[in-house]
Amino acid sequence: MTAVADPTAGATQRKPAPPDHKPRRNLTPWILLLPGLLWLTVFFLLPILTSVSASVQTGNYDDGFKLTWHWANYGHAISDYGTQYWHSGLYSTLTTVLCLALGYPVAYFIAFKGGKWKSLLMALVIVPSFTSFLIRTIAWETILADQGPVVHVLRSAHVLGLTEALGWTTGGHVINTPAAVVCGMVYNFLPFTILPLYTSLEKIDPRLLEAGSDLYCSTFTTWRRITLPLSMPGVVGGTLLTFIPAIGDYINAQLLGNPNTGVVGQKIEDLFLRQTSGYPVGSAISVVMMVGTLVLVMSYIRKAGTEDLL
Amino acid sequence: MSSNDVLGRIEGGDLRLVGLTKRFGAFTAVDNLDLTIPQGSFFALLGASGCGKTTTLRMVSGLEDPTAGQIFLGDAEVTDTKPYRRPVNTVFQNYALFPHLDIFENVAFGLRRRGFKSVRPQVEEMLELVELGHLAKRKPNQLSGGQQQRIALARALINQPQVLLLDEPLGALDLKLRRQMQIELKRIQTEVGLTFVHVTHDQEEAMTMADTIAVMNQGRIEQLGSPAELYENPSTTFVANFLGQSNLIPGVVEGVDGGVVTVRAHGRALTLKADRARATSGAVILGVRPEKVQIAGSEDEVPSGFNCLTGTVVDTSFIGVSTQYLVKLASGEEISVFEQNTGRAIQRPGNEVAVYWDPSQGFGLDGTQDIEAGAVLDEEGAA
Repeated sequence: MTAVADPTAGATQRKPAPPDHKPRRNLTPWILLLPGLLWLTVFFLLPILTSVSASVQTGNYDDGFKLTWHWANYGHAISDYGTQYWHSGLYSTLTTVLCLALGYPVAYFIAFKGGKWKSLLMALVIVPSFTSFLIRTIAWETILADQGPVVHVLRSAHVLGLTEALGWTTGGHVINTPAAVVCGMVYNFLPFTILPLYTSLEKIDPRLLEAGSDLYCSTFTTWRRITLPLSMPGVVGGTLLTFIPAIGDYINAQLLGNPNTGVVGQKIEDLFLRQTSGYPVGSAISVVMMVGTLVLVMSYIRKAGTEDLL
Repeated sequence: MSSNDVLGRIEGGDLRLVGLTKRFGAFTAVDNLDLTIPQGSFFALLGASGCGKTTTLRMVSGLEDPTAGQIFLGDAEVTDTKPYRRPVNTVFQNYALFPHLDIFENVAFGLRRRGFKSVRPQVEEMLELVELGHLAKRKPNQLSGGQQQRIALARALINQPQVLLLDEPLGALDLKLRRQMQIELKRIQTEVGLTFVHVTHDQEEAMTMADTIAVMNQGRIEQLGSPAELYENPSTTFVANFLGQSNLIPGVVEGVDGGVVTVRAHGRALTLKADRARATSGAVILGVRPEKVQIAGSEDEVPSGFNCLTGTVVDTSFIGVSTQYLVKLASGEEISVFEQNTGRAIQRPGNEVAVYWDPSQGFGLDGTQDIEAGAVLDEEGAA
């Protein structure tokens, strides 16, 4: 009987198929995939192709752009913006490291000591994101203002002298310095580090920590030998979720930095919106950034060996 | 080969708990516990869930701080010693193997933390002891429950602790595997000669493995002794009911004469030996195990000198090796009888019968206790 051999019998068994009915493919998974695939095609695949194509075009906004396979755009994209690449790389790396350093203890505390307050504490981490990103960043202008309490404390604690020597602040100011840019970025991306960290820490069976302590691990060794390795998926996830948007971010540099803290994003915006023939080089920079980030991320994941932990 | 070559046992002395108490808020989990566990013994703490046995174990391992009292290992007090500094290791209830490490590294963990440079020979020998040497490269989640259990044991044993604590180590295994592991654990303990303290709610498990059992109830020890002692001569109704089954018959002492106590119950004079009676005046409870009770068609068949009661069979279950009867006395109380299958005729429900037992097999308990204590807890504990 065909009904018995039909691999989709499970799905169709309520209504027995007529004997001459051919076994048909189950289309449901494909239909369910369609909206997502369509979305990705229109808003991901096509824009990438457009960018790549634009990166080898020539022309200007008045006369239009033509695909001329002008690879020299890449030459400009790579060699003319060294400072901006350096800044983007430096600020995003610093942000990622600081977010991890600040976020790990927070996530650890909530996961292991939060008890019944866990959900509330995690909500407190996320709730600030309900306010617009721009408004929260602008608020940092006030926080770091020259007459504000933060700068006052830093100045009287002689921290500013140190940061000035390192070139992170200038002239007794914090606002409009690299330090302000990194502060803004750490603040904005911290929840993205904490969330994945919390998720992986929360999954760790506390009995494993007891077993560690039973097997001659001090509190620190237990963390180093058991908690840390088991939370690596969260560390990798959290750092990626921070690093990837941070390396492309230019709002913080724009609002909290100065003309000497330019990042790649600002240059791309400038080329796209304010220079009549900047579109192709802007696109080339975007492609360079995308490929660069991809390579960094891939080698990072490989090095962290997270596939082994999943 | 003596296993002391493997473990080079340390002469650590007995484990002593003195006035050990643990309170969680208003709840007293462990109540002024005094206990000495001799070195090299296989000791079981037996009780239903919530009786304080696991809390006691956790205080010995250092994972729980006592509210009051002291813990000694030999002459050294370890009450305030951090768990990672105690020469004590635990086999956790759900094994708690480290999922990110392979079996070899799990077993080597304790030695590495203590700074041993070469661990391979010890780990290999330990894996050999639990017969899982071929799994060294696997991850814990690739092992069956029984295998994980043995690795958890190896991981603890390799450190040659003065005391090995086992927290319901077989609870997660199915019945057949549990039986097998009971024998295995006993073999290993005999081989390595370490002190094992084993926490369980399973009386059969405790009786199979332990030299000495402490029955715990409400944070206190009800009775301590060898399995045979506890079974044959329970000191409280809780122990009588929790450890196997008992027929408990309330009565009043009529007299004591020449080492024989006579108890009046159900209108008859029943006797027991004075040295097995915990109370020899006033209200007592006379106990007898169901397998010590025999059944006869009429009172005439009962040999002289035996205690005898009459009643009606209300239930008969034939289970092959034995037949279990429930006999209802005139007073409404029920006596349960396990009769070995020796080919005697089976009594049907409704038959008028006499039940009888050798007076030397009975035991006497203080009559002021709750006669049901420990009887219902058993189900809860087994869940």
